[in-house]
Amino acid sequence: MSEESQRTEQTERREPILEVRDLVKHFPLTQGVLFKRQVGAVKAVDGISFDLYPGETLGIVGESGCGKSTVAKLLMNLEAPTSGTIRYKGEDITKLSGRALKAVRRNIQMVFQDPYTSLNPRMTVGDIIGEPFDIHPEVAPKGDRRRKVQELLDVVGLNPEYVNRYPHQFSGGQRQRIGIARGLALRPEIIVADEPVSALDVSVQAQVVNLMERLQDEFGLSYMFIAHDLSIVRHISDRVGVMYLGKMAEIGSDEEIYEHPTHPYTQALLSAVPVPDPEAEGRRERIVLEGDVPSPANPPSGCRFRTRCWKAEARCAEEVPLLAIPTPFEKAESGVAHPSACHFAEERAAVVAA
Amino acid sequence: MTGTPAIEGPDEAETLAGVESEAERARGKGPSSPGREPPERARSMWSDAWHDLRRNPVFLIAGLLIAFLVLISVWPGLIASRDPLSCRLGRSLDASSAGHWFGFDTQGCDVYTRVVYGARTSVTVGVCATLGVAVLGSVLGGLAGFFGGVWDAVLSRLTDIFFGIPMILGGLVFLSMTGSRSVWTVVAFIVLLGWPQVARIARGSVITAKQNDYVLAARALGAGNARMMTRHILPNAIAPVIVTATIALGTYIALEATLSFLGVGLQPPTVSWGADISAASQGMQFRNAPHILLYPAAALSLTVLAFIMLGDAVRDALDPKLR
Repeated sequence: MSEESQRTEQTERREPILEVRDLVKHFPLTQGVLFKRQVGAVKAVDGISFDLYPGETLGIVGESGCGKSTVAKLLMNLEAPTSGTIRYKGEDITKLSGRALKAVRRNIQMVFQDPYTSLNPRMTVGDIIGEPFDIHPEVAPKGDRRRKVQELLDVVGLNPEYVNRYPHQFSGGQRQRIGIARGLALRPEIIVADEPVSALDVSVQAQVVNLMERLQDEFGLSYMFIAHDLSIVRHISDRVGVMYLGKMAEIGSDEEIYEHPTHPYTQALLSAVPVPDPEAEGRRERIVLEGDVPSPANPPSGCRFRTRCWKAEARCAEEVPLLAIPTPFEKAESGVAHPSACHFAEERAAVVAA
Repeated sequence: MTGTPAIEGPDEAETLAGVESEAERARGKGPSSPGREPPERARSMWSDAWHDLRRNPVFLIAGLLIAFLVLISVWPGLIASRDPLSCRLGRSLDASSAGHWFGFDTQGCDVYTRVVYGARTSVTVGVCATLGVAVLGSVLGGLAGFFGGVWDAVLSRLTDIFFGIPMILGGLVFLSMTGSRSVWTVVAFIVLLGWPQVARIARGSVITAKQNDYVLAARALGAGNARMMTRHILPNAIAPVIVTATIALGTYIALEATLSFLGVGLQPPTVSWGADISAASQGMQFRNAPHILLYPAAALSLTVLAFIMLGDAVRDALDPKLR
């Protein structure tokens, strides 16, 4: 872990490559067929801020529907944010269009969750991986493209002779490698991976994650790695952000989040991870949350998590907790000194033991 | 450490990855090394469909019939040496004879020759109307599905309005207003009333294709609308349109015959099965001379049947979900 914390310190000294500030995405709910009127909004992402540093992996975890994938789409400019800014090397990319947007897209690429729908079934692998070069002809001269495509196949561990095959001739893991090759084609600096291994079976997950780590070292990529599998996120991430109902609950280095979680939601999430040792599994304390995630169309006042939190008090309903290092831990030497959006942030021994 | 069901340790996972890529490479090497199996033929949807179709007897029978129909509509002289318009009243309603297998109609025209020449009209109307409907319908429906919003709402309501007009009633109203009607008038009418059917299918199909991740991936790469439509959406959305259009082709031929039968379709001197059937049923002539009704009607039924069978076979091959 000491090596990793060193790496984190290094990255923090550098300028962030991506700065996200107060990002908000509300999807309007409308009623009526001809004359649509807005009756509300699904607050999918409701004020999220974070930085991504060159060469690091930021993991984002959270339950289904907490807004993880919406964040990915916003970063990719596939959705326009309701408000907030996304700065890539200081330039706000949310307002870009046309040529400028196309230029930025070269540097930020995406790997999708489902390898079965993310590859066009009517195109050969060569056409799929070569398409980025058709769209950005300045990257590779025409005669050079086939060789580049074969190189990319080789880089992701597929046989370069597969260029003329169709996606359905590959397994899920191989398809995901094709998706990664397509993402790498333009030599981007940032790759947003939206649950890249969730649709794969466990042994293949490991291969794809390891491939992604190798590529990160080879090409100096920054990853934004979205997943709901805590173990995989810990394995690949330098820093981890925990999302709940459109807000960031806690963010810090992987050690800070996994060893010293201070937000009750993070603690509950971590306590749900099974322990491979049956004795320890029997002894440890699980935090079982009651009720369901509230509707993002009508989120609770104050702290989003208060309706399911065992610590909730009157203050939680009135005051939105800010994502900042909690006051008691400001001077702390250990990993507890990291931003956590809770009024009553504290360490919990039982969780740490797991 | 927290529980790690997915990754026990980086070493093990690396080994696994190594094994897989080795196995992949080994498999991949197969085609290239000499003396081994030939390179696997890449199979797309179309080659799969063609593979199915070649083995489907319905498709083979329909295909043969249609090939024959197309042949005689291009070169009717191949099997009919007479002029369909040279009629002598003296031979009116004569029964079949050696040189005139199908006999003569009321006007004394050779029924066999007219049946052969009528194929051209039916095939022209069917093919051109279908092409027009498919192109207009898929362009309008596809654009509405792709861009959504106001245009989609307007187009959807417009298709609803057109759906409310029955083809026959519409034909009686529209076509009786036109003075002289050629094959092209009838084609234009069918396209005018037929496109909403295809537009609806195309719209739905485009909306389905649009939601696939590979379209998002293309957009994330910076692809423009034109590229997304032609490379990603069109190839994945066209199958239901082709299926609908092929089945509709048969019904358009029947529709032309119906309109001609009702007197609002094609007019002499255009030779049309529908018009001949109409003429044959005037004044109950066919009671004494059934051949003047039987042969054009049989030709029409066979043609419509062939095209509908073709449509069925194409549907089964291209889009099993529609079955």
